[in-house]
Amino acid sequence: MIPNRRTLLAALAAVGTLASLTACSGGSDDGSGSTDASGGTYAFWDPYPQFDASSPWGKLVSECGTKAGVTVKRTGYDTTDLGNKALLAAQQGNAPDVMLVDNPVVSTLVEAGILNKTSDLGLDTKSIQKNIIGAGTIDDASYGVPIGANTLALYYNKKVLTAAGVDPASIKDWTSLTAALNKVKAAGKKGITFSAINTEEGSFQFLPWFWGAGGDLTKLNSDKGVAALSLWKGWVDDGLAPKDVLQNTQTTSWQEFATGDYAFGENGTWQLGNADKAGFDYGVINIPAQNGGSAPVPTGGEFVTVPVQKDSARYDVSKKIVECLTNDTNLLATDTTLTYIAPTAAVQTKQVAANPKLEPWVSAVAAARGRTSGGLGSKYPTISQPMWTAVQSALSGGKSPKDALDTAQSSAEKG
Amino acid sequence: MTIARVDRPRRAGTVSKASGTGGTGSLPLRRRQRRRSRLTALAFVTPLLAYLAAFYVYPLYRNLDLSLRDYTVRSFVSGDAPFSGWDNFQKVLDDPTFGPAMRHTMIFTFVSIAFQYAIGLALAVFFNRHFRLAPTLRALFLIPWLLPLIVSASSWSWMLNSESGVVNYFLHFFGVDPVGWLTSPDWALTSVIIANIWIGIPFNLVILYSGLQNIPGELYEAASLDGASAWQQFRRITFPLLRPVSAITLLLGLVYTLKVFDLIWIMTKGGPGDASSTLATWSYQLGFGSLLPKFGPGAAVGNILILIALVFGLLYIRVQSGQRRQET
Repeated sequence: MIPNRRTLLAALAAVGTLASLTACSGGSDDGSGSTDASGGTYAFWDPYPQFDASSPWGKLVSECGTKAGVTVKRTGYDTTDLGNKALLAAQQGNAPDVMLVDNPVVSTLVEAGILNKTSDLGLDTKSIQKNIIGAGTIDDASYGVPIGANTLALYYNKKVLTAAGVDPASIKDWTSLTAALNKVKAAGKKGITFSAINTEEGSFQFLPWFWGAGGDLTKLNSDKGVAALSLWKGWVDDGLAPKDVLQNTQTTSWQEFATGDYAFGENGTWQLGNADKAGFDYGVINIPAQNGGSAPVPTGGEFVTVPVQKDSARYDVSKKIVECLTNDTNLLATDTTLTYIAPTAAVQTKQVAANPKLEPWVSAVAAARGRTSGGLGSKYPTISQPMWTAVQSALSGGKSPKDALDTAQSSAEKG
Repeated sequence: MTIARVDRPRRAGTVSKASGTGGTGSLPLRRRQRRRSRLTALAFVTPLLAYLAAFYVYPLYRNLDLSLRDYTVRSFVSGDAPFSGWDNFQKVLDDPTFGPAMRHTMIFTFVSIAFQYAIGLALAVFFNRHFRLAPTLRALFLIPWLLPLIVSASSWSWMLNSESGVVNYFLHFFGVDPVGWLTSPDWALTSVIIANIWIGIPFNLVILYSGLQNIPGELYEAASLDGASAWQQFRRITFPLLRPVSAITLLLGLVYTLKVFDLIWIMTKGGPGDASSTLATWSYQLGFGSLLPKFGPGAAVGNILILIALVFGLLYIRVQSGQRRQET
């Protein structure tokens, strides 16, 4: 009987130890939220898993921590993952101290009530361009500082255009663009590639055309929205754009353009580095609006935010870290690494001085709009998803553009 | 079992008789012993119960809870979502995506199973003939099973690409126009089913092959002496004797195929439009696929899926117990 009791005790002890171990580890996670103003560890999340601790970005982050007198523990997550991770962490009460998030996610996190206003933290955002910070502004209060901005334009392959006898300067509106695509096709090359995948990337790429027709996100099925979708559908149906745009991410779309067969590729600022490696001469034009001029493009890029903590004493250090990351010198370095356009005019001037190729991108960013701007806020995701579904059903031939957008509008209204 | 059952009271009897001589202390002692052994038993069961509770009961409970509350991102964080009864289920059932998703789930599951089983059985019978390269070839057929799903799904999606895929390239040689395997709403579901059949064949092959090994060779000898043709042997001997194994293969396959998510997500993300969306991909789409997660409806779809799997699971248990009854 005694050995029996011993096994019993041992078993109980084992269970107890396990329980206390897990409790302990839970406690140490909470440690990031505990008071330790002098020194201590500050949690920092960003969507750049491609940069490790030895990269310039990784070094900059830890340096900013050291300057603020703390150690920064940096974790890089996949962009698509970060929003949900942040919500879960906030629910568990262990949100990071500073977090970099993709701009359309900001309004969702604000809706969840887990971000601090920049004015409450005492961060200065006056020098930042209005349209860039717009994506992080809800009810006239901003909830983050943009680290940089990117947007979309049309890359073109000079050789293909010359062979087809197209002058890129002649492309002023949709009609001239479609005419150019037809010429390229007649010359035996491929027209244009973009990404119409059923994720946020698809909506991001469709917006310049949607807005370029004068479309309004609160009324997807207006004539203007239908015109934009019909333009895309026409290209795919006439073989001016490949069928696989439906599966293309912006990365695979870039790979198609980089084969050298395509005349145009709709892609972002962040591909500039790859463009130089592509091995052919390229140029960049702004995406034309339906009746001429540049179409408004959506802003991309991340915001530095400070999530709500139980212990508000931590905000002072968090603020120092944010200010360090977003001062002019560091913005220039970071935006050069990421090939983003800086959010302030002063740094933009420096960027263009260092690399004149950025000129068209600076003007594109100046004309860009935030997806969640204009009072849409966290309504945007409930519009964006039906929109990308509509693009998919129209391009695949399942529905006419009008029917697809009617369905999208009714499901967007339901929320 | 019966022997053990007879044994136990007898041993207890001897103990009580022996302790009976001890007089008054006998009853509490026996009770204490019983309590102690019950505690020991409990200590052994506790880890299992804790495991089940932490990894099965609690997640299921949370999922049910999520689906019965009106979660917004704000109430998800603060944890005070109001109880909304069956609203989420109602919303999901009224959604125009529900009908197609349900239909696609059923087509995907049953067509996949039918082909996986038929091809798996054909291959099992073929390899049962023990020709020279049989073991090597059989091993080759297991490859789909060994590959990580992300690899096989990406390969399929690359092969079926409408612009640069090898499948269209081959079709081109035979003068067939390129097919939009993953980009046309008429083909997307077919394409993911084809890929899923390919992935499921090894499972069917292995189980059915091991079932075939249990069929005694004499039966075939006797049948061939009686002049039965190969087809008759298959119909009258192989197929009936393989029935128990077949039933289990099919039912396990049903439960596995019902919840297939990764393959479809990697190949089409349920698109184009919702041409290849199933309940599993739709549930993920609702919960994690957009910038504003809809946890409630997402969990509701998940629960519907669990319910369907449960029905098949119960069917499986029924068939299994029926078989056990036949055996004894």
